[in-house]
Amino acid sequence: MTTTSTSTDEVMDYDEAIARFDPVMGLEVHVELNTATKMFCGCATAFGAPPNSQVCPVCLGLPGALPVVNATAVESAIRIGLALHCEIAPWCRFARKNYFYPDMPKNFQTSQYDEPISFDGWLDVEVEDGAGGTEIFRVEIERAHMEEDTGKSLHIGGATGRIQGADYSLVDYNRAGIPLIEIVTKPIAGAGERAPEVARAYVSALRDLMRALDVSDVKMEQGSMRCDANVSLRVRAGDGPTSAAQLDVPLGTRTETKNVNSLRSVERAVRYEIARHAAVLAGGGSILQETRHWHEDTGVTTSGREKSDAEDYRYFPEPDLVPVAPSRERVEALRQTLPEPPAERRRRLQTDWGYSDLEMRDVVNAGALELIEQTVALGASAQAARKWWLGEPSRRANGAAQDLVAYAAQLGFAPADVAALEGMVVAGRLNDSMARQVLDGVLDGEGHPVQVADARGLELVQDDAALEAAVEQVIAANPDVADKIRGGKAQAAGALIGQVMKATKGQADAGKARELILAKLQ
Amino acid sequence: MSSLTRDDVAHLAMLARIDLDDAELDRMVGELDVILGAVAKVQQAPIDGVAPMSHPLPLTNVTRPDVLRAGLTPAEALSGAPEVHEQRFSVPRILTED
Ligand SMILES: [Zn+2]
Repeated sequence: MTTTSTSTDEVMDYDEAIARFDPVMGLEVHVELNTATKMFCGCATAFGAPPNSQVCPVCLGLPGALPVVNATAVESAIRIGLALHCEIAPWCRFARKNYFYPDMPKNFQTSQYDEPISFDGWLDVEVEDGAGGTEIFRVEIERAHMEEDTGKSLHIGGATGRIQGADYSLVDYNRAGIPLIEIVTKPIAGAGERAPEVARAYVSALRDLMRALDVSDVKMEQGSMRCDANVSLRVRAGDGPTSAAQLDVPLGTRTETKNVNSLRSVERAVRYEIARHAAVLAGGGSILQETRHWHEDTGVTTSGREKSDAEDYRYFPEPDLVPVAPSRERVEALRQTLPEPPAERRRRLQTDWGYSDLEMRDVVNAGALELIEQTVALGASAQAARKWWLGEPSRRANGAAQDLVAYAAQLGFAPADVAALEGMVVAGRLNDSMARQVLDGVLDGEGHPVQVADARGLELVQDDAALEAAVEQVIAANPDVADKIRGGKAQAAGALIGQVMKATKGQADAGKARELILAKLQ
Repeated sequence: MSSLTRDDVAHLAMLARIDLDDAELDRMVGELDVILGAVAKVQQAPIDGVAPMSHPLPLTNVTRPDVLRAGLTPAEALSGAPEVHEQRFSVPRILTED
């Protein structure tokens, strides 16, 4: 049962795999809700608390404890269902999913089985069309149901453990009982070679949607959003992945890859499983229906727990909880609270800001959309906001392997700082190169933009008399150049401007210096 | 009629973490058989067209507001655990991965 991160599995070249097989995916995404308390008890849900400090008799499954449903969690579940264009069940129950793993102290997980709160929806995701633009791929949603998270196990001993010779698990139940929504797609067919890209785009779109709904932190690195990727292959038929002949071919045996903790991993893991399945099938073998574990470091999957034993969860209706029956009025009221869909919002902002497709893609990829939106709201132009956020701050965030929002938040670097910086440029206090120096200072922790500009003595010379004196001095020192300009060669002014800048230690406004020089010599 | 074996009872005892000696195992096979036999009468009930009941009360939408309530301290939570390490419940290892 020991898994290692190395694998001797054969893989086929990806292009060859796609030439011979048609991939079909199913994605299960777990989203931890950002409620203050757990699904069925009033325990806190904060991440990173000391072990077993956020527990009570309910989430520890002690005898006699009675769970009660968190109203906010139900509300979030309904809003998620509506945002995914799902039907909302007028009446649904919870069910017990029974199993004997120690990560649930009750020996069951409270979930929903035959009666999910929402079902039959869809989510449109954007993928690149190969010609520099984007196109829409619709992912059908099977269900989005409510359940509770499990505890966290630390496995000690064996080949990978910390204590040699020991062989036990240490369990922290702080996470047990945190509300989860499990979102399950219908089989995703027709993506062909773009299947890995579609998987990533889907998880990315879900993450954007959860953020817009403000129902989850969706931090994949902290596990508040997790993806299990099912992949199967079938033989190629017809003339393309969306042809009727291809869609008629029965699905192959699938594997379910867990431990996929980043958008990039979603894409890589699906791609790897396609290549691995293809090698097995092409070699005359058959795929074992099993759970696979993704290893980020080595980029491979390895066999995990086998499904056969775990499959029989003996679901039955949860007798300690009464049904959830949201009224149609309640559902419609919640529908009114839905935010603008993230893709529509991006299109609107791109139009408002006048960004090219490429500029917009860079902004989205840098995670700078909200930062720019807030900066523009504080008075900066959209182009300036984009220039500053995608410059030094993005470079430093990348260097620190952090996303831009987290990096800026940790530094206390806010949209107001960028707006203030740009404000000094617009007001003529700073030129572009000075503004860059100020930005460096702010990011180095020297203070707010105005403080940094003051402290570093960065200020364009606004004193017209001083500038005029410098101009006259430079003209007097360069009679030859001055003659050329008098003779109509305005481009010769560049040499004089350079000297004026030098004389003023770079603090002059170059445009103003040029105007003055030309006024005096023409 | 009996379908429960001594091995079944030993397996259940192991899953439930209950230590049973040989005499207790023998006795439990008989006692559990009687209980199962009694419960099996339920299977004779005519249930065609009857929706499964999960709760005897005609109630729906019993919820609580999303407000924190004090729970147990770690020491209280761990007080019944057979083994504790690093403020965590120490249990026999079943799986290598989560
Ligand atoms: Zn609790």
